[in-house]
Amino acid sequence: MTLIYQLINGLQLGAIYALVALGYSMVYGIVQLINFAHGDIIMVGAYVSWYIIAKMNAPAWVSVVAAIVFCALFGILIEKVAYKPLRRSARISLLITAIGISLLLENTSQLIFTANPRMFTNIFSGAINIGERSVSYATLVTIVISVLIMIGLTVLVSKTKIGRAMRAVSEDNAAAQLMGINVNNTISFTFGLGSALAAVAAILYCCSYQQISPTMGSMLGLKAFVAAVLGGIGSMPGAMIGGLCIGIAEALTKGYISSQLSDAVVFGILIIVLLLKPTGILGRSDKEKV
Amino acid sequence: MKHTVFAKTPVKYILNTVCTAAVITLLVLLTSGGALNNYQTDLLKLIGINIILAVSLNLAAGFLGQLPLGHAGFMSIGAYAAALFSKSVALPANIEFPMALLVGGLFAAAFGVIIGLPALRLHGDYLAILTLGFGEIIRVIIQNMTITGGASGLRGIEKHTSIFWVYLMVAATIFVITTFIRSRHGRAVLAIREDEIAAEASGIPTTRYKVMAFTISAFFAGIAGGLYAHYLSILDAANFGFMKSVEILVMVVLGGLGSIIGSVVAATGLTLLPELLRGFSDYRMVIYSLLLVVVMIFKPSGLFGKYDFSLGGTLDSAILWLRSPNKFHTVREKIAKLKSKKGGKA
Repeated sequence: MTLIYQLINGLQLGAIYALVALGYSMVYGIVQLINFAHGDIIMVGAYVSWYIIAKMNAPAWVSVVAAIVFCALFGILIEKVAYKPLRRSARISLLITAIGISLLLENTSQLIFTANPRMFTNIFSGAINIGERSVSYATLVTIVISVLIMIGLTVLVSKTKIGRAMRAVSEDNAAAQLMGINVNNTISFTFGLGSALAAVAAILYCCSYQQISPTMGSMLGLKAFVAAVLGGIGSMPGAMIGGLCIGIAEALTKGYISSQLSDAVVFGILIIVLLLKPTGILGRSDKEKV
Repeated sequence: MKHTVFAKTPVKYILNTVCTAAVITLLVLLTSGGALNNYQTDLLKLIGINIILAVSLNLAAGFLGQLPLGHAGFMSIGAYAAALFSKSVALPANIEFPMALLVGGLFAAAFGVIIGLPALRLHGDYLAILTLGFGEIIRVIIQNMTITGGASGLRGIEKHTSIFWVYLMVAATIFVITTFIRSRHGRAVLAIREDEIAAEASGIPTTRYKVMAFTISAFFAGIAGGLYAHYLSILDAANFGFMKSVEILVMVVLGGLGSIIGSVVAATGLTLLPELLRGFSDYRMVIYSLLLVVVMIFKPSGLFGKYDFSLGGTLDSAILWLRSPNKFHTVREKIAKLKSKKGGKA
């Protein structure tokens, strides 16, 4: 019974990681950038939602919609201001810019909201009993919403026009442009979509853990990124699989071995997988030529 | 050639040694003479440690062209190894401290080999994330071991780190890394950066050189860690997390990948900046990160690009300019042409 309980916990955590990892993976697929600021978008989403519920006394659904819209626009803004001018320069400069943006977001929110953690009221309060333990609604809602979003995203990417444009741009930027695809709009859309997913993940995360702080996004983002790499960065099903693997591994380690070692186990799994399969579980290996 | 007086090999070495000795002596006299207070002396030590870290990372990131995100991990191994060594032996400080530093460096280098061998099979971002993973694992393991003091940290390390030792190590790091880069091995490393497959096709054992550069880089990170341990006297593994690695990488990229002078200037600047902004303490990290983004957007290759400073070369140019300011530019172009004909050897 404990095992099933731990697996449900792992599934919930994994679903959140998967949502964030999808954002990392989509952005990486399209501009080959490890967007270190993505983790901090989670934090932005959490604070927007908290502010609207706690300070403006608006209903919960308003805060959810507002956080998603705000994060999507914010993600697009960051891309336009900070990443677009660097699209043609060395990738490491782009990476450092992403790190700079991440620090900027963390420190600005520290300035506005102070470093003290705030309490986030659970939108989906209550619990149901499964066997002798209770599972909270937040956990179930997290798993259900994540599955729905992943199905929706798969349909979006494989069936719609913008999805086809996203795949084309990540395949070959220049060729896509020649085919009449507006590359800039597609990249902006990808950033917006990824950031919207991060906002959803933020709200789901906060409903379970109920505490927000300016640095909450860094470790969450790092683990989600590990999940994206584990599944094969650039691959969307890979991000989902990677997220679930990391979540379940973390929950099982916390439950059975030691909660302090859970980070080491997560990174250990990553290292083993990368050594056996250097491009991740579902990653493609590109042939290199001189 | 008449216009290379100072850039000739023997003269250059003597010149550099004399100047380095003079700078170290000056710094030691300034601190021991009381011209600088304790706070300024500590800041100078921190600058020196950061210079070692940045220059050593530049070897792996700038010259080898990889993207390691676990430099703080090597630093922490060096720090703990050196601290545990100096705590367990009781020798005079002048013998014990260099030995402790060496132990720290060697431990870090050993881990450099252990981590480098599997990690360097991967490329680009995968290598980055793998080194990040190793760095985090090292941190978590140190936090959970009893010998390292666990999460409460290692206390009571003797404060051996003096300005003399820090800047001696800075000079040693810069000397070893520049001479390595200009050696036959260094050219192999540069060839791997330019094109790994082409280098391999030309008969360069790429794995060996990658691991070699990575290990040297880890060794000096370990030395910096040893200095840091005996500077702070308290070690906490939480300080050697991912953000510390990023901090070092930022120094390297901001200064310019593959520019030693760039790393030195950026390490100095970025150590001083938060201190200079102490007056606006609330805003200093915001300003720091904003500055980082702005510099990257307007100067993506870093402040110095690939430019490197050479004392002999600069003196020669100065003499040339003093003699005939008009001819200066034509002669410089000629030298540049000669250099490129000889295949980069001057």
